[in-house]
Amino acid sequence: MTAAGALLVSLHGPRMAGAQPSGGGSLGAFVRIETDGRIVIGARGCEIGQGVKTSLPMLIAEELDVPWSAVTVEQLPYGLIASHDPPGFTSRYGPQGAGGSTNIPDGWKDLRQAGARVRWLLVQAAAQTWQQPPDQLRTRDAHVLHPDGRRLSYAQLATRAATLIPPADVPLKPRSAYRIIGQPTRVTDAREIVTGAAAYGIDASMPGALTAVIARCPYFDGAVARLDDAQARRVPGVRQVFRIPGPQPGAALDRNLAAGVAVVADDFWSARKGREALRITWSPGPGAQDSSAALERRAAAALGTRGKVARQDGDPEAARKAAARVVEAVYVMPLLAHATMEPPNALIDLRPKQALLVASLQSPGGASRMISAMTGIARPDIEIRLRRVGGGFGRGLQNDFVAEAVLVAQALKAPVRVLWTREDDLQNDFYRPFGLHQLTATLDPEGRVSSWAHRVAATPRKSRAEGMEEESDWIGCADPDGFPAGCVANYLSEFLPVEFSLARGWLRGPLPTFSAFAVQSFVDEVAFATRADPLALRLELLGAPRELAYRDHGGPKLHTGRLAGVLRSAAQQVGYGRKLPAGHGIGVASHFTHGGYAAHAFEVAVSAAGELEVVRCVCAVDVGEIVNPLGVEAQMMGATIDGLSTALNLQITVKDGRVEQSNFPDYPLLRMAAAPDVEVQLVGSEFPPSGAGEMGMPTVAPALVNAIFAASGQRIRRLPIGDQLKGPRTADARPCARSPPASDT
Amino acid sequence: MAIDFTLNEQRSNYSGDPAMPLLWYLRDHARLTGTKFGCGIGYCGACTVHIDGAAARSCVTPMSRVAGRAVTTIEGLARGGRLHPLQQAWIDEDVPQCGYCQAGQIMAAVDLLARKPQPSDADLATLTNLCRCGTYPRIRKAIRRVAAQWQGGRR
Repeated sequence: MTAAGALLVSLHGPRMAGAQPSGGGSLGAFVRIETDGRIVIGARGCEIGQGVKTSLPMLIAEELDVPWSAVTVEQLPYGLIASHDPPGFTSRYGPQGAGGSTNIPDGWKDLRQAGARVRWLLVQAAAQTWQQPPDQLRTRDAHVLHPDGRRLSYAQLATRAATLIPPADVPLKPRSAYRIIGQPTRVTDAREIVTGAAAYGIDASMPGALTAVIARCPYFDGAVARLDDAQARRVPGVRQVFRIPGPQPGAALDRNLAAGVAVVADDFWSARKGREALRITWSPGPGAQDSSAALERRAAAALGTRGKVARQDGDPEAARKAAARVVEAVYVMPLLAHATMEPPNALIDLRPKQALLVASLQSPGGASRMISAMTGIARPDIEIRLRRVGGGFGRGLQNDFVAEAVLVAQALKAPVRVLWTREDDLQNDFYRPFGLHQLTATLDPEGRVSSWAHRVAATPRKSRAEGMEEESDWIGCADPDGFPAGCVANYLSEFLPVEFSLARGWLRGPLPTFSAFAVQSFVDEVAFATRADPLALRLELLGAPRELAYRDHGGPKLHTGRLAGVLRSAAQQVGYGRKLPAGHGIGVASHFTHGGYAAHAFEVAVSAAGELEVVRCVCAVDVGEIVNPLGVEAQMMGATIDGLSTALNLQITVKDGRVEQSNFPDYPLLRMAAAPDVEVQLVGSEFPPSGAGEMGMPTVAPALVNAIFAASGQRIRRLPIGDQLKGPRTADARPCARSPPASDT
Repeated sequence: MAIDFTLNEQRSNYSGDPAMPLLWYLRDHARLTGTKFGCGIGYCGACTVHIDGAAARSCVTPMSRVAGRAVTTIEGLARGGRLHPLQQAWIDEDVPQCGYCQAGQIMAAVDLLARKPQPSDADLATLTNLCRCGTYPRIRKAIRRVAAQWQGGRR
């Protein structure tokens, strides 16, 4: 970050790099103090809508002790630089990717320090100027204050401060002194967004850059058998047409997803017309006969076999033999696409020894590694400019669209942007996997849960993934330490791998959303079977507030008291237990996601004709220390609507080796008319903060179907809900003739 | 044959493929990138602009159809550096998350308020622009905020 007329306060230097071996050399690069007093703070993250371009600079500004109104935020580029001792790379800004809701917890560790160090420098500079011991000086609103009342602005001190070197660790503010953290703070780019000036990857241009669209093989692992491009080449504006290689069948999916034909033109419209004029004969790959129906049959068959035990406590088998009753259910999770509003795109300029990439990314580090591997260009010579991203949801964790841009640019020998259409996007994704969850609970003669088994049949995350050899087989599919693990003496988590042709990826709250629907629906089924109240059963299972070991992402601990806390908060807000009109029902669910705790409570009405109305929708969340309440509320509201959209209507299906959906009409995200207001309850706690982007998603679907059951007696075990409420109610869906628990009626 | 039209109060002309959608003229030719590409079939509304003051989906509006007409994009909504009240309300209610669809949302909302200055819940439900981030509740608040200002005579 440099600009004419600006004073650069840089903490970047050899001693700093030595003091902070893991990416610590970056810590000086976040703050610039302009001569007019403006404080420019660099935002290092990928802004995908989760608010990090606002919340991460807030952490720096807090410790720097400047008023937020004086802060201007600037997006930083990807900050990989060469290091010489030891030789290799170092990250100038620390972690920059967006995945797993890690930005805030990471920034909590290093960005507050970054701000505090700059403040330390400014205090030292004032101490030298005044010949006063630094511990007698205070700071306030971008000024250093002398005990006698004199003041020096940060702008006046910046030049001197820039010559100093801070220690590795400086003291941080006590929580009681926070003036920015915890304050509702609006999106920093809001004015640019509402005037159309905000720059997204898709808006980037370069002199001389052409536009490419690619006709991708619709059959996974298929290829181009024959190509007639004569007509395409005659379309005005079309410059070149050439083939793009795809992945080897069965090999790791570490580049682009599909073989195809690139049409390069002066603009998008010409390129797209050129693509429509192509005549291609595809040769279907080995998955050409596959379908989602066949996948479901394979998964069902797998449930009849023995899988890999991810966790076993006690003796579930013995508990089963001794059981007075057994409750069992199978839940079906569909394939899902990401469908970011901004379709994948990448603009790249490849030179012999350097590259420039401008794109909407979630994983700039992955893009850097990929470009380097494909071109031989050293990573520090690959410049990556980050733009606002029109939605992430995990799609950008794969950089297949960047790989395409590299392939096209290599063939073209000119700068090029690759742009996807919505059809390209829905049909060429790394999909959230399909899965069957078989839940079994045994009950002792008193009706208490004596064992709990959760068996998952799904496509492993490791399937065709690179560099995951060391990971567990069940990663991303089974949640061995999730609730109620540790709360039931006899417990089993088992994984059954199921092969499938399509690429498989991460989708917002990936494992939590995949798992919580089954677990939290099943708690209600057990409650129904034992005539227990669903909320009371959850609280009973959670037991006394305590920490349980949680080895997956978001651990190492899961606090049962915090999970119970959000559950109680949501239940109280929705008025759990009150008398409801006929046809209404309340359902709850709670889950631990990536270090955060969330619960939903829905009140719904289901008419005799099966019309579903969401009457009330409450989301309670405990993300520890709240950095930006307005941002956390937005994430919970958004994730709730995302969760509803997904639970009600969304699924990807495959027939004859091809994805059947192609655009929004058959992947119908919720619109205004169906989107309820969301009552968000921020449950404050002083634990270090988790992120917030994903916590609001997992509990939506189970709370919703639990409410539907309470309202109608119909149990939804297959997502999406679709028109299941309107069809004839099956015996399977109606467990028995007993009335729902009294508190729900 | 050249197509003459007005773009954000400036006279413009275009002589390429008359079937090219307005969206791609705006983005690739006029370099006005505030209008976004979302679906290409007029479904999601990310590309919403005004043609002669009425909301239109520019991704399915061929250039031939803008001949002699006035096109306003999100870049032309603020006048003389003064935001439209809805743009200000979007900021005040902290509506955007990723922000990608919001230009289209605002253009659709401006059109709605022009027709229904005091929109009912049912009127708000006629807005069909997609928001993948789920900002709908705050969009409703922003529109109601402006409607309340107008009802209070602050138009």
